[in-house]
Amino acid sequence: MSERVSFAIDGRTLEAEPGANVLEVAHSNGIEIPGLCYHPRLSVTGSCRLCDVKVEGRRKWIPACQLEAEEGLSITAFDEELESARRTLIELLLADHNCDCLVCESSGRCELQDLAYRYGLDERTRRFRAPVREIPPEDASSPVLVYDASKCIACERCIKACDEIQGKEILSYAHRGLQTVVTAGPTDWGGSDCDGCGECVQLCPTGAIREKLDVRPARTWELESTQTTCSYCGVGCRLDLWTHDGRIVNVTGSDAIPNYGSTCVKGRFGHNYIQADDRLTTPLIKRDGAFVEATWDEALDLVASRLSGIKAEHGPGAIGGLSSATCTNEENYLFQKLIRAGIGTNNVDHCARLCHASTVAGLAAAFGSGAMTNSIAELEFAECILVTGSNTTETHPVIASLIKRAVHYHGAKLIVIDPRRIDLVRHADLWLRQRGGTDVAWLYGMMHVILQEGLQDDAFIADRTERFDELRPMIEAFTLDRAAEISGIPAQKLAEAARLYASADKASIVYSMGITQHTHGTDNVLSLANLAMLTGSIGKESSGVNPLRGQNNVQGACDLGALPNVYPGYQKVDDPDVRAKFESAWGRDLSPSVGLTIVEMMHAAAEGKLKGMLIMGENPMISDPNLNHVEEALKALDFLVVQDIFLTETAQLADVVLPAASFAETIGTFTNTERRVLMVHPAVEPPGEARHDWKILCELASRLGLPMAFENAEAIMDEIASVSPIYGGIHHHRLEPDGLQWPCADDDHPGTVFLHEGQFRRGLGKFHPVEYRASEELPDDEYPIVLSTGRILEHFHTGSMSRRSDALNAYVSEAYAEIHPADLEKIGVTEGEQVRVITRRGEIVTKAVANGRVGEGAIFIPFHFVEAAANRLTNDALDPKAKIPELKVAACRLERVS
Amino acid sequence: MSDLLPIELREECAPLAGHPEHLIHVLRRVQETVGFISPDSEAFVSDLLGVTLSRVHGVVTFYHLFYTEPRGRHTVRLCRGTACHVGGAGGIQSALEEHLGIKPGETTEDLAVTLETVACLGACALAPVMVVDEGYHGKLTAAEAVAIVDRTLSGEAEAG
Repeated sequence: MSERVSFAIDGRTLEAEPGANVLEVAHSNGIEIPGLCYHPRLSVTGSCRLCDVKVEGRRKWIPACQLEAEEGLSITAFDEELESARRTLIELLLADHNCDCLVCESSGRCELQDLAYRYGLDERTRRFRAPVREIPPEDASSPVLVYDASKCIACERCIKACDEIQGKEILSYAHRGLQTVVTAGPTDWGGSDCDGCGECVQLCPTGAIREKLDVRPARTWELESTQTTCSYCGVGCRLDLWTHDGRIVNVTGSDAIPNYGSTCVKGRFGHNYIQADDRLTTPLIKRDGAFVEATWDEALDLVASRLSGIKAEHGPGAIGGLSSATCTNEENYLFQKLIRAGIGTNNVDHCARLCHASTVAGLAAAFGSGAMTNSIAELEFAECILVTGSNTTETHPVIASLIKRAVHYHGAKLIVIDPRRIDLVRHADLWLRQRGGTDVAWLYGMMHVILQEGLQDDAFIADRTERFDELRPMIEAFTLDRAAEISGIPAQKLAEAARLYASADKASIVYSMGITQHTHGTDNVLSLANLAMLTGSIGKESSGVNPLRGQNNVQGACDLGALPNVYPGYQKVDDPDVRAKFESAWGRDLSPSVGLTIVEMMHAAAEGKLKGMLIMGENPMISDPNLNHVEEALKALDFLVVQDIFLTETAQLADVVLPAASFAETIGTFTNTERRVLMVHPAVEPPGEARHDWKILCELASRLGLPMAFENAEAIMDEIASVSPIYGGIHHHRLEPDGLQWPCADDDHPGTVFLHEGQFRRGLGKFHPVEYRASEELPDDEYPIVLSTGRILEHFHTGSMSRRSDALNAYVSEAYAEIHPADLEKIGVTEGEQVRVITRRGEIVTKAVANGRVGEGAIFIPFHFVEAAANRLTNDALDPKAKIPELKVAACRLERVS
Repeated sequence: MSDLLPIELREECAPLAGHPEHLIHVLRRVQETVGFISPDSEAFVSDLLGVTLSRVHGVVTFYHLFYTEPRGRHTVRLCRGTACHVGGAGGIQSALEEHLGIKPGETTEDLAVTLETVACLGACALAPVMVVDEGYHGKLTAAEAVAIVDRTLSGEAEAG
């Protein structure tokens, strides 16, 4: 850190870093120099001139936002002349402004209004009147926002928010002079590529860009806000939920780590589901094939007696539980405790099995910890980012914005390796299109080039790792040509990627389900770990292996042991010492054997071995592979109980349905993808008789003979800290404002920003010599097309939350398949028509879309849509190590729907 | 989407792909060829040069002489400068508006005439003045102005 400089504003001496923005320094010292175009998250515009100051020795006035702190500056910020100029500038803005504060939604949060008030510019004293003009109509064509040009002050914040923060470049100015307006292109806003993230709404200082709200909620000063953590993806954006009269009326991004105000369209505009009319409000018991309302006592007694009955008759192993990546850490902890100590089996799993089981297995084996090695914020400062199998823009939008910032503002090299032409390709230095399922091959190809050209980090390999001698001959034998032939990536491009990655001092790998959802998913992950260790690109700031976790709390659900092989904190159930510790902590004998995974539970249920299931906040009837089989399995159960906020496709098959509270009604914690444990605060009450999941679990456990008497969520977290060393120092009172990143050993531990510094969690990093294996089901004459499935920006998981949002449905409301035009032509279908997709397991009919993303011979189908459920098609063949199903490669054929 | 643009123009512009510095040139060529710049044309230019669509639109709307609507085959520019105003340009404007059924800035439905007003044509000695296509007409009355426009249109009919 360089020496601080001191300078003076209006005779007051201030200190700052040299080069610091003087306006910022003034504000942080309580000197309120006005300004409208400046925003701390944007580059300096310097157009409003309100922050102009005088600097001794300089002839012209200078905007404070463009002034850098240097030793000895003597600045005048307030004198009569400057204030008079400011008053005039604001008057000029007001002359052209539609001062409709009486009905403006932004009244009370409008920076222009605040300045008019500060300078006392009432109608009588204003000197300037607008030239005669008509107030133009609002542009309300976007599903989520409204642009009102009559309230635009042309500060450029929205344009820069879209360019600089989001990297989307949708907005610009149109026309000129007094007619200047913000434009999204030649059509209206709704006709542009705007995806509705609302960054412009967040940064607009007036009412020019505002949320399109369902109702006129109330004046801003009548609203209350609650800071919490988003319920959609694993980024863990902090949100402010604005409530009035017990209802959520608006959502904004909270200016806090990790998103600092940014969100995606789902986070800001997709939370209507909380107040949907069809929320479950009372327990339901199925009688003669139909649900009837029941009291909590009736329902809970029935669940307890039926589960106890099954346990008595068939043993605890005949019961299984699916915990939830949507619920809090506290709830996940109680759920697995109930299954393990209350029922007596390790048959507990959750949908992480379907997304990152291979990460948890692979990275734990290689490094000793199966989570993102670095923090989200570090990505912006990586020199090289290799994104593979992650459509980050759509699945982790706020992280994608940081990747784009790394490229555009910090000179990072971006390599995208993905079968689809995803959005990040536009920003990439290199895009390599591999054949689906050939990742081990291209990774060997890259490693081959690195060794051949001597780009490996020998010192790192020698000091920090083991078993390189076993991997080395395999890398040497796997020639670049072979890698190119298998993967379909031109050898020269693959070599270029290898050089880019290996030559960067800070190189970060970002991956997601394109890597993990394969029968060789664990091998893919191990190969990424091999690559990172080969070049020593791990254990440093901005340098590591970063799996992006899919759901809001999928990281936490894994951390808290909602997995059949580990207790909370990844402590193995088959380790006798660990088991003894938990037996003593929980006061029950525990099962020594590893339990069943999700897909194994479905098989066991179909075979009649698993008789009862408890499912909390999951919807396997859409999320799991080979749905026809899942349906068969769930129907074969003697007893199924589902806790959820909606009567999902899975809940409809249940014998008892228990109405739960949503995240907006709950206190607890989520752990985001960067291992950061963040508080969740309730903004509203659960509807009707719906109860918090953790309270339901306590009631149920007690009825099953395992007394659980937690007073609140905080007490549950205290118990977690006492049994799980990586959460050892995590308590609710320590989590404001920024949360804590595990591992966090004790109450004094500050948390861990990035992992494996100096030493891997397991000691030495372990190279794994994996063999390349082809995917289970390759295309053939009968099924010639490769099907992969995944997520899209506008919807989430099984759609039970996102599809209840009119705004999100306005963007995408129906299922579709991305298909190459040549493949459409072969079956005589034109874009927009229906097409039948058939695999060995099932078929669906869906709309054909040719958006230029997939290559010939490949199709992609989002899995959110029940009416054309992609998982009726997918293959439930499993990775032998992680038991993750092969959701990314299945063979299918297309037919025209006549 | 850019099918409306003649293939020759797209071929002519192809070598400029990826060169945003040619934005104004390409927009001018589009307008010279098609007569105006439609949303589809903006999208073509945006894709070709790698300039975001909103920025293309920003440039198109910034310059007065880029047109976003189809133009008439003839342009009538009526001077509304001081001398012409004093000389009765207001009445001429009303007469033209009534006769053509359009306001300044608009084009007749049959795409025959676009009516515009300008601040000064620099021919104050001839006030009131209007320019029809390339030809100047001075010391006008309302009736003469209407007659000149009609002659232009009928001349077109004869030529056609």
